[in-house]
Amino acid sequence: MSEPTSVMTRERASVTVREPAPVATPRRTGRAPGKPLFWVYVLLILGSAVMVFPFIWEVLTSLKTLSGASSVPPQIIPDPFTTRAYTKVFDTLPFWNLLGNSILLTVIRTLGQVLLCTMAGYGFARFHFRGKNVLFIAFLAVLMVPGQLFLLPQYEIIREMGLLGTIPGIALPGLFSVFGTFLLRQFFQTLPMELEEAARLDGANEWQIFWRVMLPLAKPGIIALTLLTALWSWNDFLWPLVVSGNVNSMPLSVGLSLLTDLRLRDDALLMAGALLSSLPMIAVFLVLQRQFIQGIAFTGTKG
Amino acid sequence: MTRQLRGRNAAPRRSAAQLSRGRAWWALLFIGPAGLGLVVFYLWPIIRGIYLSFQDVGPFGGETFVGIDNFVEVFSEPDLGRALLNTLLYAVICLIGIPVAMIVAVLINTKGLKGRSLFRVLFFLPVVTMPVAVALVWRLLLNVDYGVLNLSLRAIGLPGVAWLSTPVVNMVVIAIVGIWMGLGTQIIIFTAGLQGIPDTLIEAAELDGAGPVRRFVSVIVPLLSPTTFLLSVLSVIASMQVFDLIFLMIDPNNPAQSQSQSLVSLFYTRGFLQHDLGAAAAIACVLLAIILVLSAIQFRLQRRWVHYE
Repeated sequence: MSEPTSVMTRERASVTVREPAPVATPRRTGRAPGKPLFWVYVLLILGSAVMVFPFIWEVLTSLKTLSGASSVPPQIIPDPFTTRAYTKVFDTLPFWNLLGNSILLTVIRTLGQVLLCTMAGYGFARFHFRGKNVLFIAFLAVLMVPGQLFLLPQYEIIREMGLLGTIPGIALPGLFSVFGTFLLRQFFQTLPMELEEAARLDGANEWQIFWRVMLPLAKPGIIALTLLTALWSWNDFLWPLVVSGNVNSMPLSVGLSLLTDLRLRDDALLMAGALLSSLPMIAVFLVLQRQFIQGIAFTGTKG
Repeated sequence: MTRQLRGRNAAPRRSAAQLSRGRAWWALLFIGPAGLGLVVFYLWPIIRGIYLSFQDVGPFGGETFVGIDNFVEVFSEPDLGRALLNTLLYAVICLIGIPVAMIVAVLINTKGLKGRSLFRVLFFLPVVTMPVAVALVWRLLLNVDYGVLNLSLRAIGLPGVAWLSTPVVNMVVIAIVGIWMGLGTQIIIFTAGLQGIPDTLIEAAELDGAGPVRRFVSVIVPLLSPTTFLLSVLSVIASMQVFDLIFLMIDPNNPAQSQSQSLVSLFYTRGFLQHDLGAAAAIACVLLAIILVLSAIQFRLQRRWVHYE
């Protein structure tokens, strides 16, 4: 939220989230606007309740005792309140280890992808060479292919590199992204050429133009890609499930699924684990909501 | 595009060509690192994946060409038919989320609404929640014996339902959870679409005496049809690949487990539990074919209902 306001307004101008024009309101007063708006509130509040109820139940259950979590009729308010389930998460799972892995994987993947995709997107938008369009179309075709088709060969590559069960092995394919390259290419294409030419006349080389002139201008696109990559990486399941194999390299998503294998069904424990694993990304979202929402809007309008 | 045109207008052709030749090295620098990774980890694996679907892969890696045997094998098993039907059912139900998202988007963007950003956050919350966590919470809510849903049903005198251990019913229920999880994204994309609708059109309809419902049906829905189309294509592609929710909500102890596979969970079972890579690759190829066919059908149908200005 401490982002410079100029960036905010530029982002808002380019996509999403129109705040209502203040001029429009007085014009409507003749038609008793209160009544339709009342129903809008009713519907939205009902809808929000459906969206939020599972989270509330998750929190309440996580604070119940083993028997309290599955009692009939249900306990609504935990009786007694206990943090037993949270303590047990740390006893049952190597939680700090899993959290560290998730953070490390997310950071590596996000930094790598943003840097590589920004460079490649810029390359595709601003340079010309033989075969460029063929290559670009080949990459675009990847977007249509379900991930499972390349999952097996990716697994073979990681295995042959001896990286199964390691953090670099899980992170490696995720450093590259067709989607990210495409998103940033779209972005760089909209930036005016004059800036680039002016910088060239001032004696800047291509890298300086990219780094000093173009990159700051592409900030909204870069923020969008950063947040989306971080989100997808944090929540990713199938690939780390297949590659990690051991607790030492597992991210939280896979580690959390281990709890379901336990013979003893402890719902309070499951809810505490689910909450602790999702909370970091939810916290990031609550702080950066506007950027998150604009990132999603980009994928719909530009991607 | 603009660059080419401008380059040609601004200077004689030869010097433009010379300029781009001098910059080819830079292009390599910029595209090279990501380009190499994309070729190694995405383009090549697709070719290899298709190749693998025609091979029998031994436990220690030996490969023999078996033609379409993997496909015959996969298609002759009842598992595939069931997984296919389950996945299609899931995809069809997920489409219901699109009109829901459209209505919520219009409601959230109503002029004069207070608390807009709070509503937006609440609807978006499941999008940023780990799918594994989503699966766990809904498993609890849907529990046969003490899940909140069944307890509520019983409280009003209705019998409880074994939501997750009844085949077909569980696919419907999991698809609804899928809708719940993805609604926020669709709402945001519809909101972006709504911004493309000129105020004047809605005001004109208002002056003609159209009430909110009429404006929605006659103005907003047709003008949003390109967004609806985009979302329906994306929704079908995404739901054909459903894995997390089904894998996690229907565990191996579930009596309905064998009848509740999706194409991707079948792929996972064949490839990583039974180590039959050829069959798994064949399933992935079938998935690709289905996605291409469904997308082609959607593009064909769009002429009937999508309005571009």
